[in-house]
Amino acid sequence: MCLGIPGKVVAIYEDNGIPMGKVDFDGILKEVCLAYVPDIQEGEYTIVHVGFAITKLDEKSAQETLALFRELNVLEEELTADEEVAT
Amino acid sequence: MATIDLGSWSCPLPLRDHPNIILGHGGGGKLSGELVKHLFLPAFQNDALAGLGDAAVIDLAEQGQAGARLAISTDSFVVKPLFFPGGDIGELAVNGTVNDLSMSGARPLYLTAGFILEEGLPLDVLGRIVESMAAAAREAGVALVAGDTKVVEKGHGDGVYINTSGVGIVPPGVEIGPQRAAPGDVVLVSGTVGDHGMAIMSVREGLAFETDIRSDTAALNGLVAAILEACPKVHTLRDPTRGGVASALNEIAQAAGVGIVLDEQRIPVNPAVRSACEMLGMDPIYVANEGKLLAIVPEEWSEAVLRAMQAHPLGKQAAVIGQVTGEHPGMLVARTGIGGTRVVSMQIGEQLPRIC
Amino acid sequence: MKYLDEFRDPALARKLLDEIQATVTRKWVLMEVCGGQTHSIIRNGIDQLLPEEIEMIHGPGCPVCVTPLEVIDKALAIASMPGIIFCSFGDMLRVPGSEMDLFRVKSQGGDVRIVYSPLDALKIARENPDKEVVFFGIGFETTAPANAMAVYQAKALGIRNFSMLVSHVLVPPAMEAILSSPTNRVQGFLAAGHVCSVMGYWQYVPLAEKYQVPIVITGFEPLDILEGIRRAVRQLEAGRAEVENAYERAVRYQGNPAAQRMVEDVFEVVDRKWRGIGVIPQSGWRLRPKYREFDAELRFSVADIYTQESPVCRSGEVLQGLIKPNECPAFGKECTPQNPLGATMVSSEGACAAYYQYGRFMTLEV
Repeated sequence: MCLGIPGKVVAIYEDNGIPMGKVDFDGILKEVCLAYVPDIQEGEYTIVHVGFAITKLDEKSAQETLALFRELNVLEEELTADEEVAT
Repeated sequence: MATIDLGSWSCPLPLRDHPNIILGHGGGGKLSGELVKHLFLPAFQNDALAGLGDAAVIDLAEQGQAGARLAISTDSFVVKPLFFPGGDIGELAVNGTVNDLSMSGARPLYLTAGFILEEGLPLDVLGRIVESMAAAAREAGVALVAGDTKVVEKGHGDGVYINTSGVGIVPPGVEIGPQRAAPGDVVLVSGTVGDHGMAIMSVREGLAFETDIRSDTAALNGLVAAILEACPKVHTLRDPTRGGVASALNEIAQAAGVGIVLDEQRIPVNPAVRSACEMLGMDPIYVANEGKLLAIVPEEWSEAVLRAMQAHPLGKQAAVIGQVTGEHPGMLVARTGIGGTRVVSMQIGEQLPRIC
Repeated sequence: MKYLDEFRDPALARKLLDEIQATVTRKWVLMEVCGGQTHSIIRNGIDQLLPEEIEMIHGPGCPVCVTPLEVIDKALAIASMPGIIFCSFGDMLRVPGSEMDLFRVKSQGGDVRIVYSPLDALKIARENPDKEVVFFGIGFETTAPANAMAVYQAKALGIRNFSMLVSHVLVPPAMEAILSSPTNRVQGFLAAGHVCSVMGYWQYVPLAEKYQVPIVITGFEPLDILEGIRRAVRQLEAGRAEVENAYERAVRYQGNPAAQRMVEDVFEVVDRKWRGIGVIPQSGWRLRPKYREFDAELRFSVADIYTQESPVCRSGEVLQGLIKPNECPAFGKECTPQNPLGATMVSSEGACAAYYQYGRFMTLEV
């Protein structure tokens, strides 16, 4: 469920006592409720679901995950006969 | 590895479940198709209609005018709001019919316009719309030669509905139609996809977002002339309006009994349109265009056609996006970004924003 | 888009696939819990790129799919009443009730509107004080904080013409129901990333222990899903059954405390019926008594609508991963996306619709 899309917070303000903000999704600006990410700052990334920021996006860990993928030590030689049998 | 084909399964009584017209019947997808197939075609059946192209092409030889072929098309425009980012209903009404004629290879000449106005519509609004139609007609080089106006009671329309019909002449030697797509042919698109539909979505109540996405509404007769000059052997032209590229190519695959393979990575999409689609859970290849065309040409001509498109102001971002194949007839398949494949089916009704 | 495109990189996807291939030595059955993950798997063709040893079962994680027929009938009854503006997420409009769907209600003059957020429905209520505005509050834990906020704000701002038809469901009880079923085939789970963004993943630790299944918190982009599969397979091959977080950029162990507090304030846990599965104890949320005045079911007296589900449709077994969509006798025949019987054919994410839309090249196991 939950279609959640990363975007950058570009403005923070209050509306009827609720923290709201503008989130930039690469060329699209959408008003988003920020009540659940109380310590978010402008310029930080969040994941938005049905108009609500549900969590901060941890940019450092995103980079770490990607770095981990890049470093995967692929053991090509272990692609064994199993595969040939299966196909 | 064996594959099974689910494509042959279809709903046995497609109209059964909708005793009333629903919005999806106008969505350009399967429901629209069924309305045409089960209701309009049997009632009006004739050879010109049965071609199911964007325009009907009529050989005037039967009327004693050997060699001349007339293209005729009609289209109605109901768009909310009347004025949207990048255009308005008037411009859309002219360009839409010009484009339908152009997709048969015709040179569009004359249009008629029928207006259904809602009581209470401010005259200056109508004035702006008509002004914009006139400008679009000048731009496309067509003349608006007949018209009609009716007024319905307040509350019985959304301000203005416009119908335009048009005629054009198909030059000798030009043979274009959806059924002509052949295995080996190359599929090209004239530019970014999804701009019109997302421009409308951006101002829709409940879904609105801020963006500089603008409708791509434009008359494509000039671009078609440039393509035909570069390659008289074009097999198929189609403007992927409602239902987008996916629905247009599905229709072509079915009409020609061929398969089409799309290379998703190569389909040009404006980054903001892509973002809007991500946000709403939509797929840009199902989103409407109003100033783009798909061209299907023999492989040996594809370079020339691509160059001709890119040299035209409306085709700068043209790209080769796929190929016609003899495999999986009637089916559109996409190669995905990570190298997988998926079947791109015909949309059922309207594309809806998803939450999950 | 930043943080989407990077996680769709074809070269890295290849690496992950190779790594999975190199790790797997025998057949494993995994379930991706979330409908969004199912969508991504099929949309990207991941299912065909995986080694044949790995079987993916599409889980019950689509809130649109599992909303019970009788709740839909309640929605249809309310939406058909005069003076109502009925607001819903887009994909809920096509879900068939026993007689019709919301599109049909709209075609018969009902004021049915698609909104992006429950706050949009609240806004419509403020702009239309002479109408009753009802929001169809469906969803899993991810959507609950949003729906809770709309109710909380309606109360705080005194927006009396707003109410919500609530049909919220919870993921961990559904996973437990699957695991405790005598016919269960699932050996490892990709847990729903965004549910965990809100709720954290501590609840899965006892599940992994009790049923000895690896549970990997997984995101939605192709690389996320491949990484979830890679980690689940690695655990299975090593004979481990732990909870791992493969979606670290969006999920913390404790989840989102602010969102949890709001949900706790507005909702209370109840037994909930799941379409095609039946009642799962303690698997849903309803409004707490202090918010009952915003409960559309009570306001419009539809609480006593009771509907029997279709006898032909086997969506329940599909949802539980007991059969593949095409093993249902109705699949592709009397049941299509155009004329869906079960909820799994309704949502574009539903396992049956996904199969119908994209699965025509499904490979048959030899």
